[in-house]
Amino acid sequence: MSEENKQETAQVNMANLRGGIEYASQWQLMWARFRKHRVAYASMVLVALLYVVAIFAEFLSPFSPEDPSSRTVYQPPQVLHFDGFKPYVNKFTLTRDPVTLAPTYVKTDEKTYLEFFAKGYEYKMLGIWETNLHLFGPKEQGEKMFLFGSDKLGRDMLSRVIFGARFTLSMGLIGVILSTVLGIALGGVSGYYGGKIDWAIQRLVEFILSLPTIPIWLALASALPRNWPPHLVYISVTVIISLIGWTHLARVIRGKFLAMRGEVFVIAAKLDGCSEARVIFRHMLPSMASHVIAAVTLAIPSMILAETTLSFLGLGLQPPAISWGVLLKDAQKISVISNAPWLFLPGVMVVISVLAMNFFGDGLRDAADPYSH
Amino acid sequence: MLNYIFKRMLSAIPFMFMVSLTVFILIQLPPGDFVDSYAAAAASSGETISPEKMADLRHQFGLDRHILIQYFYWIGGIVTGNFGYSFEWQSPVKDLVGERIGLTLILSVAAMLFTWALALPIGVYSAVKRYSIGDYFFTFVGFIGLAVPNFLLALVMMFIASKYYNQDVTGLFSPEFQSADWSLARVYDLMHHLWIPMIIMGAASSAGLIRILRANLIDQLYMPYVVTARSKGLSEVKLLIKYPVRIALNPFVSSIGWILPNLVSGAVIISIVLNLPTVGPMLYQSLMSQDIYLSGTILLVVCLLTVVGTLLSDILLVILDPRIRLEQ
Amino acid sequence: MVDTVNTSIQTPSSDIILDVRNLKTYFGTGDKAVKAVDDISFKMMRGKTLCIVGESGSGKSVTARSILQIVDPPGKIMGGDVLYYGKDPKGQNLAQLHERSKEIRSIRGHEISMIFQEPMTSLSPIHTIGNQIMETILLHQNVDKAEARARAIELLRRVEIPNPGVAIDKYTFEYSGGMRQRAMIAMSLACNPKILIADEPTTALDVTTQAEILALIKELQTSYGMAVLFITHDMGVVAEIADEIGVMQNGKMLEFGSAEQIFYEAKNPYTLQLIDSVRKLETSARAARGSRATDKKLMEIRGVSKIYPARSTFMGKANPPFKALDNVSLDVFEGENLGIVGESGSGKTTLGNCVIRVLSCSGGEVLFRMADGRITDLAKAKTGELRQVHREIRMVFQDPFASLNPRMTIGQIVGEPLLVAGTHTGEALRKRTEELLETVGIPGAAMERYPHAFSGGQRQRIGIARALALNPRLIIADEATSALDVTLRSQVLDLLLDLQDKLSLSFILVSHDIGVIRYFCDRVAVMYKGQVVEHGPAMKICSAPDHPYTKALISAVPGTHPRDKRIVNRHRYDAEAQASGIKLGGN
Repeated sequence: MSEENKQETAQVNMANLRGGIEYASQWQLMWARFRKHRVAYASMVLVALLYVVAIFAEFLSPFSPEDPSSRTVYQPPQVLHFDGFKPYVNKFTLTRDPVTLAPTYVKTDEKTYLEFFAKGYEYKMLGIWETNLHLFGPKEQGEKMFLFGSDKLGRDMLSRVIFGARFTLSMGLIGVILSTVLGIALGGVSGYYGGKIDWAIQRLVEFILSLPTIPIWLALASALPRNWPPHLVYISVTVIISLIGWTHLARVIRGKFLAMRGEVFVIAAKLDGCSEARVIFRHMLPSMASHVIAAVTLAIPSMILAETTLSFLGLGLQPPAISWGVLLKDAQKISVISNAPWLFLPGVMVVISVLAMNFFGDGLRDAADPYSH
Repeated sequence: MLNYIFKRMLSAIPFMFMVSLTVFILIQLPPGDFVDSYAAAAASSGETISPEKMADLRHQFGLDRHILIQYFYWIGGIVTGNFGYSFEWQSPVKDLVGERIGLTLILSVAAMLFTWALALPIGVYSAVKRYSIGDYFFTFVGFIGLAVPNFLLALVMMFIASKYYNQDVTGLFSPEFQSADWSLARVYDLMHHLWIPMIIMGAASSAGLIRILRANLIDQLYMPYVVTARSKGLSEVKLLIKYPVRIALNPFVSSIGWILPNLVSGAVIISIVLNLPTVGPMLYQSLMSQDIYLSGTILLVVCLLTVVGTLLSDILLVILDPRIRLEQ
Repeated sequence: MVDTVNTSIQTPSSDIILDVRNLKTYFGTGDKAVKAVDDISFKMMRGKTLCIVGESGSGKSVTARSILQIVDPPGKIMGGDVLYYGKDPKGQNLAQLHERSKEIRSIRGHEISMIFQEPMTSLSPIHTIGNQIMETILLHQNVDKAEARARAIELLRRVEIPNPGVAIDKYTFEYSGGMRQRAMIAMSLACNPKILIADEPTTALDVTTQAEILALIKELQTSYGMAVLFITHDMGVVAEIADEIGVMQNGKMLEFGSAEQIFYEAKNPYTLQLIDSVRKLETSARAARGSRATDKKLMEIRGVSKIYPARSTFMGKANPPFKALDNVSLDVFEGENLGIVGESGSGKTTLGNCVIRVLSCSGGEVLFRMADGRITDLAKAKTGELRQVHREIRMVFQDPFASLNPRMTIGQIVGEPLLVAGTHTGEALRKRTEELLETVGIPGAAMERYPHAFSGGQRQRIGIARALALNPRLIIADEATSALDVTLRSQVLDLLLDLQDKLSLSFILVSHDIGVIRYFCDRVAVMYKGQVVEHGPAMKICSAPDHPYTKALISAVPGTHPRDKRIVNRHRYDAEAQASGIKLGGN
């Protein structure tokens, strides 16, 4: 070994002492970059929380979302107060306008005390064991409180919004999974094999992308039989949304595959004697995974917006199913919302979740590829 | 270049054929046909329609023919300017949708111009003053703009207008102009009503476009040719406009290709919420009642609008970018 | 050191055009600031050429940009003076001017102009060449558009662009690389500047084009009486054109002096190392070490061609079929180092890729004699057969950053061929990988690390270790040293030669760099436009070539002796290539 070679060996040993980052894998480096992005990190926590809410909807909702009461129709939200450490809300009493008979609610000094792990309606936790425990609720079983107000049948909006999260958020996730499978299959085939298949798939993608989505959704959704049970509608609406949504993902994946196919380290792997499958799964996919994850995260919001829009128009989920879009359907009439603006709350939830997912996805993308915008 | 434009237009023809086929499949998708839903509607009001009468109706509407023949009748009619007959409205589709298509177009183009007018200055500002307070502000507003569904924004606007200004923002005309003939006064009235749906529709696409323009421009700002121009002694403002902004404009112009489908989409739903006399509410109604020639025509026109948008953006790009013009 | 150097040049102050004193340009602030230019002083003389030389990251480019205050943010001038004596005999301090002020803008492009490394990206892609030249004229001179256009055409003629009246309305992408740089020079000359700053203007160009551009700059300098500040990493170029030289490393000026002083009396060890590593490549290591070439044929390349078929574009214009390789025949002998040299577009890399079947050949045979004596035709081999051959023929790639999978540890990368071939598993695999890494001078303990922890030179070693894994008999090295700084270049070549002494190996080295070829190879094939125009022993080709193209190529290579300016006396080849350098048809 020549003189210079020894010099370089010594340099490596020096680096050895520094430790740390030399041993970090690309995933660890990406995670470190992501954590520096505070808004994205906070958004990730928020997104995780939202999904926890969706999973434990029964436990987190103080009342059954289907529990109507004629004496609490359109009751405004009650504000949470603290009496020492004891949370309470002021009770409202219903009076009717003597002339128009319109209901008006008057705040009283009577208090409804709340407690954690209150007993309420019976349900099966995660569908397994039966319980009537809820995260919080009125101390006295049978008492009512409406932190988010109530709807036209006097049902608790907070509980309904919590249950709505389950349908809307799960639909976003399932829709994106379907889209991803379609996108990876078609985008991957297109990018890996190229040639005529690529040409055909690309024309198909262009074609779908150039169609205006909402009219097409409307047409597809209106083709669903009105008398289908909710779970069938749920599945079909998800399929309809992802039928349009896979195109963007397919583009991202195809682009990555094309770029990756020409990467020198992929050529090197082929020359190392790797089989086609090993080249794809050991060398190409891990390098694309972070980009794909980011693209997938960024695709969830559009799924959520799609569900909300369709259900809002009455073409997606139908009551008694509860989703944020279904809830917003009640807010369609100006006469209703001008008196009960809290019916916008499901919309606020939509905006918050979409916002959080966009920030999260953006942060992921920046971390995956710090040199692109 | 004329050659290119001609060829590009030719290539749109198979595309349009695909669109028409898709639309026809879409409107044929629902189980049953118009006569079924007509019978169902009649049944709910206590009437019964005999099977003979139903067969008769089917024959009259041509619904008993083979599906392919129906398609060729339909598409043949459209090519010759006959858009078919609306079962529900009992009148030719052409008379029903004529003005509504015009208004949809006006609304979409207005929203498009609004989108550009908003996105260009903000995008340039955000890129040049990157990480300034203004940039963060616009970025945040942009994120919210992307997160608010169109119809929700329309609802909120409606709510605010009625609650605080006691105004009605629905419709595109004041009652007295609703079904009046076109006149200068009616145009003026339209302008008066147009801006709210225009802003609602433009908000989300502006947000998207600002992000794209900002990213493109940031890429361009540090390109070597900018340094060259600076080394010539050009002032910063002139330099910015002549080089990076001019080059970042190309993707901006080609954005017409994807913004237009989005806007047309948005127009449909906003029109339903705000009850605008565009094709949106009529499409919704006709899909519900399986009035296939009406819904088919509207779907076709709406899809073709976007095809034309893509065509326009391709042609504009060729005019603007010598690289494409000379290398094609 | 700087001070002693400065005083050693005795010149009347009226000859000074630019006096840079204690210039500091930092990126960022506080402790984390990167001191790109760290307290640098030098003087430029009227009508003379000053070369600033250094490797990547030395701060030479930032120094040049600091003079005109066009450093990209967050770079900022933190201190020092840049005194310009072109307008005001008392001197004008450019470093004191605001970077957006009118004063500095009236200097830029007017008094001091600049040309850059990448003419393609340094010119706007959507404005015509004429538009960009006229812009400078209109900006600084009180003339109308027609006059500006006439001057622009004259300038294009001055830099030897054929048919300037037509060329002025062409876009950048319609020019060839050399023509673009000429246009760039024309633009910089638009206002008769007193100083021309050239920032690596020939680095992206082929060696013959480089010679043309250097000669042009030299000629224009004399006729315009400009001072030239020439930034480069290439000591050869420096030797050809410099009157004075400054050597930079890590933001510091290590040594400053006349060309003669630096080349023949350099004191700084880094300067000496720079000069030595170039001079080393003027010798042949094969001759010094003793060649082990045998006359046993290892590979026979027979009539190989690679033709990219005609493609009709959307507009209906058909691109004619492109012959990347045209009937190439060559032999490789056991123990031999074969060099393939040529300029960009000559087909040398395509040949390397066809030989190993990264690309498939359009015709011909690549016959390889395997270790067991079988002869395999790589051009037609099936997948299974090819996998066998690929154990014996390996490749080392040009870009040490792109060729290692960033998501695998270097141990996994080097062990990959062993693992998929199934020759080693478990502990044996780990042992063998460690051994391989140590063979190329990387400690085996580093095998758990990821490629990003290593420098360019170290990564190239890792790539070599991977190539060695299956005990190959032939290694194809495609520009394996061209991404490395000059001091690392000969180290890697020495490593390969060391390995060859220990293992029975043959090499095909593909390179554009005559020096590398001369140092490393026994025989050389010279490629031009897809054909081998000449092949023979390396020493003969590099000193007394027969073919006129080779003559031009060899004579365009800059030397290392400022007393012997070879480029001025270079051999020029192919008038037809020059005439067709700019495509006036517009396709």
